[in-house]
Amino acid sequence: MLVAGLSFSTRLYKLTEPPHVCWDETHFGKMGSYYINRTFFFDVHPPLGKMLIGLAGYMSGYNGTFPFIKPGDKYENQNYWGMRGFCAVLGSFLPIFAYLIVLELSNSCTAAIIAATLLIFDTGCITISQYILLDPILMFFIMAAVLSMVKFNQQRYRSFTASWWFWLVLTGINLAGALGVKFVGLFVIVLVGLNTIGDLWRLLGDMSLSLVDIAKHFLARAFALILLPLILYVTIFAVHFVVLNKSGPGDGFFSSAFQSRLIGNNLHNASMPEYLAFGSTVTIKNLRIAGGYLHSHWHLYPEGVGARQQQVTAYLHKDYNNLWVVHRQQDNNSQSGNPDLVRHGDIVRLEHKETTRNLHSHLHEAPLTKKHFQVTGYGINGTGDANDLWQMEVCGGRKGDPVKVLRSKVRFLHRATGCVLYSSGKTLPKWGWEQIEVTCSPYLKETPSSQWNIEDHINPKLPNISLSVLKPNFLEILLESHIVMFRGNSGLKPKDNEMNSKPWHWPINYQGLRFSGVNATEYRVYLLGNPVVWWINLASLGLYFTMVAVASIATQRGFSLGQQRIEHSLVLVRGGGLLMLGWLLHYAPFFTMGRILYFHHYFPAMLFSSMLTGLTLDILFRSADLLLHPPYSYWFQRTGQLLLLFSILYSFYLFHPLSYGMTGPLAHEPGSAMAGLKWMDSWEF
Amino acid sequence: QLGGLPLVVTAQVDLLLVLVSLLAFWTRLSHLSYPNAVVFDEVYYGQFVSLYMKRVFFIDDSGPPLGHMILAFGAYLGGFDGNFVWNRIGAEYPTTVNVWSLRLLPALCGALCVPLVYLLTLELKFSHLSALGAAVLLLLENSLIVQSRFMLLESVLIFFVLLAFFSYLRFHNAPSSLSGGTPRYIWLILSGVSCGAVVGVKYMGLFSYLLLLVVASLHTWKLIGDKTISHRNVCVQCVHRVLCLVVVPVLLYVFWFYVHLSFLNRSGPHDQLMSSAFQASLQGGLSRITRGQPLEVAYGSQVTLRSSVSQPIPCWLHSHKVNYPIRYDNGRGSSHQQQVTCYPFKDVNNWWIIKDPGRQQLVVDTPPRPVRHGDVIQLVHGMTSRFLNSHDVAAPMSPHTQEVSGYIDFNVSMPAQNLWRVDISNREAESEVWKTILSEVRLVHVNTSAVLKLSGVPLPDWGFRQLEVVADKLFKAHSSSLEWTVEEHRYGTSQEQKEREAELHSPTHIDVDRKISFWAKFVELQWKMLTVKQEESEHKYSSSPLEWITMETNIAYWLHSSTNAQIHLIGNPVSWGVGNLSLLAYQLLAVVYLLRRRRGLKDVPDGVWDQFVCLGCVCVGGWLVNFVPFLLMDKTLFLYHYLPALCYLYLLSPALLEHAHTHLLRYRALCVGALAVLLSIFLTYRTFCPLTYGSPELSAHQLQGLKWRDTWDILYRRR
Repeated sequence: MLVAGLSFSTRLYKLTEPPHVCWDETHFGKMGSYYINRTFFFDVHPPLGKMLIGLAGYMSGYNGTFPFIKPGDKYENQNYWGMRGFCAVLGSFLPIFAYLIVLELSNSCTAAIIAATLLIFDTGCITISQYILLDPILMFFIMAAVLSMVKFNQQRYRSFTASWWFWLVLTGINLAGALGVKFVGLFVIVLVGLNTIGDLWRLLGDMSLSLVDIAKHFLARAFALILLPLILYVTIFAVHFVVLNKSGPGDGFFSSAFQSRLIGNNLHNASMPEYLAFGSTVTIKNLRIAGGYLHSHWHLYPEGVGARQQQVTAYLHKDYNNLWVVHRQQDNNSQSGNPDLVRHGDIVRLEHKETTRNLHSHLHEAPLTKKHFQVTGYGINGTGDANDLWQMEVCGGRKGDPVKVLRSKVRFLHRATGCVLYSSGKTLPKWGWEQIEVTCSPYLKETPSSQWNIEDHINPKLPNISLSVLKPNFLEILLESHIVMFRGNSGLKPKDNEMNSKPWHWPINYQGLRFSGVNATEYRVYLLGNPVVWWINLASLGLYFTMVAVASIATQRGFSLGQQRIEHSLVLVRGGGLLMLGWLLHYAPFFTMGRILYFHHYFPAMLFSSMLTGLTLDILFRSADLLLHPPYSYWFQRTGQLLLLFSILYSFYLFHPLSYGMTGPLAHEPGSAMAGLKWMDSWEF
Repeated sequence: QLGGLPLVVTAQVDLLLVLVSLLAFWTRLSHLSYPNAVVFDEVYYGQFVSLYMKRVFFIDDSGPPLGHMILAFGAYLGGFDGNFVWNRIGAEYPTTVNVWSLRLLPALCGALCVPLVYLLTLELKFSHLSALGAAVLLLLENSLIVQSRFMLLESVLIFFVLLAFFSYLRFHNAPSSLSGGTPRYIWLILSGVSCGAVVGVKYMGLFSYLLLLVVASLHTWKLIGDKTISHRNVCVQCVHRVLCLVVVPVLLYVFWFYVHLSFLNRSGPHDQLMSSAFQASLQGGLSRITRGQPLEVAYGSQVTLRSSVSQPIPCWLHSHKVNYPIRYDNGRGSSHQQQVTCYPFKDVNNWWIIKDPGRQQLVVDTPPRPVRHGDVIQLVHGMTSRFLNSHDVAAPMSPHTQEVSGYIDFNVSMPAQNLWRVDISNREAESEVWKTILSEVRLVHVNTSAVLKLSGVPLPDWGFRQLEVVADKLFKAHSSSLEWTVEEHRYGTSQEQKEREAELHSPTHIDVDRKISFWAKFVELQWKMLTVKQEESEHKYSSSPLEWITMETNIAYWLHSSTNAQIHLIGNPVSWGVGNLSLLAYQLLAVVYLLRRRRGLKDVPDGVWDQFVCLGCVCVGGWLVNFVPFLLMDKTLFLYHYLPALCYLYLLSPALLEHAHTHLLRYRALCVGALAVLLSIFLTYRTFCPLTYGSPELSAHQLQGLKWRDTWDILYRRR
């Protein structure tokens, strides 16, 4: 109860401060609003977290009208406290869960209290729980999943009872929740998976169970931990797609078929000429998922990148520069009467509508994919050269087939070099506005990257017909949205001048994140862990390894240990091992990631690390009688615990302004409230 | 066990071993100097060999120096003088270059791999027949032959990996009697030495080394659990293993660098990447200029300031008689004061004079008053006499930072803010006094506490495309773009501007000698090797790791300048398939065994099970550690990166077959099948020989016939 009380009070204190948009609230708050407005958007994370934020906002009377344009915008009189409060409440559960988990694992109240204290008084955990972010929701599900897994492990001698099933199913539900918020949830799934495999392995070795029993155990777990989360996860997406049925800023990332579902999109119940004709104005979309529209603009390729001609790229958003006009080889003037249809094998010239340059390719190497040729915009007002000619082919078509809008997959073969128009999917550097590279590939294999479809089609001389385009089924949408998300995720590369945080910075609390405010006059919040807590965690990681090494060598050499000692080493190896595994799984994978990383990615791992600290320190204190004799060892234990508690509390008192806001001069100036607390040069408060 | 027979058995073994070794030498070494032209990556390694011959310093981020040194040693034996321009694949070697000796050492290593695999299989406790099988698989692998026959490093790497495992297992299997311990420990030391070599040849070798450590620690763990041995004995044995398998390789690794650095003592093309102190230790280059400079920077010193970062290029703080444009292209205004930039070439405009703000004079006192950490100074530009200045005006390219200028008083109420505090960031390692070359200095602007920083953005035409210098408010520790070192230095003697200009144009003098320690050089070089990123470039023959398993890709190594004769890196498809099959089979078998053992059903006796597990640890583990890391790598990768992993599969296949034959399927058909497979391996080897050895020349039609996969890229010359 004490833990719960403290936890809620630290998280909910000064919740509505500062009354402006902080850091990533600008994204997640906005996405919450999109749910309320039912507008389709694109994000690299799965939808559950944002749906819950949206729901919390809706319940607390927020009407979804606040634009969340940039950090620092004042909320005025919008009801933003509901969304923040929701996140804070979920965040407040973390210390409680940590308490329960450590209690289950170690059977020691002291260990549990240490773990909970570390989390309650960690400024980082407080800060990250207080704003409209996905992390508190994610961590809630992660911890809940671990807790129910641990509880489930305790039920091992009561197989198939109601409580057994309850905890098993609860684990599954929480796994779905964790994955539904962020893909980081995968790590806790791996943790639970490994634990389950270990559990099954134990059952398999239990000769009192028949193979049928084992199969039952296996099936029960497969159902609750694989099938159930999967169903829930898919359901979340189903809700996502049903709720968001209006066209919005995310359309261009998806295929033409996908867009036709969205109310307000120009493809929704679209009507346009059915067959492509000469003289039509069109947009051409690459068939690769998240492939983008064929695009050009006034900017030239920079010096040293092929010929210095106009850039041609693929662009994900809808834009006037995506419009191209289909011309015959020679004539430019529009004919009277019905225009001729473009057929399979026809030679066309594609003119960019805005700049009147022709789509052009030549034997220079492409900017990024060096094996391919460069594609440029060349010529003006229709005059160009022989390198502007492309042969249009319908995939699987024969000579004379017309080109159907939206439905035909077409390829553009360059006449002079024989290469095929191709979108490599690589992002161009700054000079190309981070749009996607378009090349001409000499390898003629039919891949989605070299196939295109005609999406918009404008030709006033042709009759419009209504196109009831093949509506995609749910599985197709699901798959497509996932591929788009993964692309988006790996596309988040650090930009040139941007601060990139390295994974090794995190456990040593090297550098925090500015949530709000830079200058002395502003209200500043800085996400930084309580250094005392974090350094204790770091030290206990080392301590844990030493203790486990000593304990296991002693066992392996067959030294005779007391009953109590054996229990301790079991707790260390089993319980500690589980937490250690959790920490590793939530931390180590970041070293291999190429995407941009932030400090807050460490917080799930930090939860595991804190729990491990509780367990390790408790056993360390209890093992004091190895060195000291009974009365002294007891005193040592008490003093150690009190000292620990006191140092955590005092450091929290020192550093609490980090979470609850600081004003006045920056810390390196003498007049600041935080003067003298800038223990590391890299902290920026 | 049969009393009289051991002698005969030994003779048989030797014969087989000798036979495969001879064959290996024949396949790897015959016609080694054909083609007499630069083949594929020889063009890359060759330049380093040349630099070794000329003892010119270089950095290669692709791997530690041992591999290059081995290649250079081969060249040295052949009397290569380093005078060959390695500029394109296919260039003919002149007659003065002894091609045979250049390629000899890799080829020898490649050939020795075959008998090593034979011995290794024996150490894994499988029969001579399996050993022969493994050796034959390796012997007839076209890709390994190609890779061994040229001046490339993979065969050297594979050789050392196999040697390390072989000698470790030899050590482990030797009877641990208390008396005959010495020869046993020779094997352990040999293993440690090979591990050092493995890591010294390529960084990829690190993973194989780690695998060996894991295997060794598992064995040690068992040893610790063995209660029949005394505590003392256990400690001694553990210490021995740690010494041989951890300490020796680490020392050797450092030793390679020691040799590397003591060999390469002349300045060369990569100097600029290194710090000034490092450069000064090389002959020629910077040390020629800086020899005899005064060590301590004093008030009145004339200095050039080099930025500590070398991205995008090394450069020196510079100013010239041109002002910032009043308005930039985007409409923002500037101070219109004199430009301060960073300039990548030596120039008389790079000279600055350190001035005491409290005094007027620009000459050095006798005795000189050195500048210390925390002192406030002014910097005067030597040629224009402008003061280095910064103020609250946005910098031209990085508007979030402050502009740095040479101060001109336009009388527009923009006072001079030209005081800078000297902050020596490595004062703990060096000294409180600002030293030439050694001290890394941050210049902190006194008025705004911003730090002088190279932003690295090139200025537009008005700034002559030189690099932008700014003062940045953010105080981020450990950012080397904030740090500057004094490179050229002399004590100023002329108070008059005209004389000073003449002085700046003249070369420096006075004599002091200085050195940096080997450790400092080692740490710096290692750090640079790991952090210098070469331009990401896609190569025509680069491939992704998943394509390697099925050999979807090949690499054209060489094409004759006029005919169709060509050399490709193409593996033997049949053995490739056999390897993959055995990998799958092992994993399946292991899963089945494990599950059944857990249920108490022991299919094989414990001894055989241990042997089976050991096989898996070494072979499947070896394959994994040599393959999986590539999946996570963001580099340009080639098929030849897969060759070490492939060797483990060849080690696995015959052993697994033997295991299956003795314990599971005692059919004669199995033997016949194995023979048939061996025969087809031999036939495919023969078929691909023309592409492996580059002769005889094939017709276009024949080449077409060799294109077994559509994705292979075989070249035809149009006639």
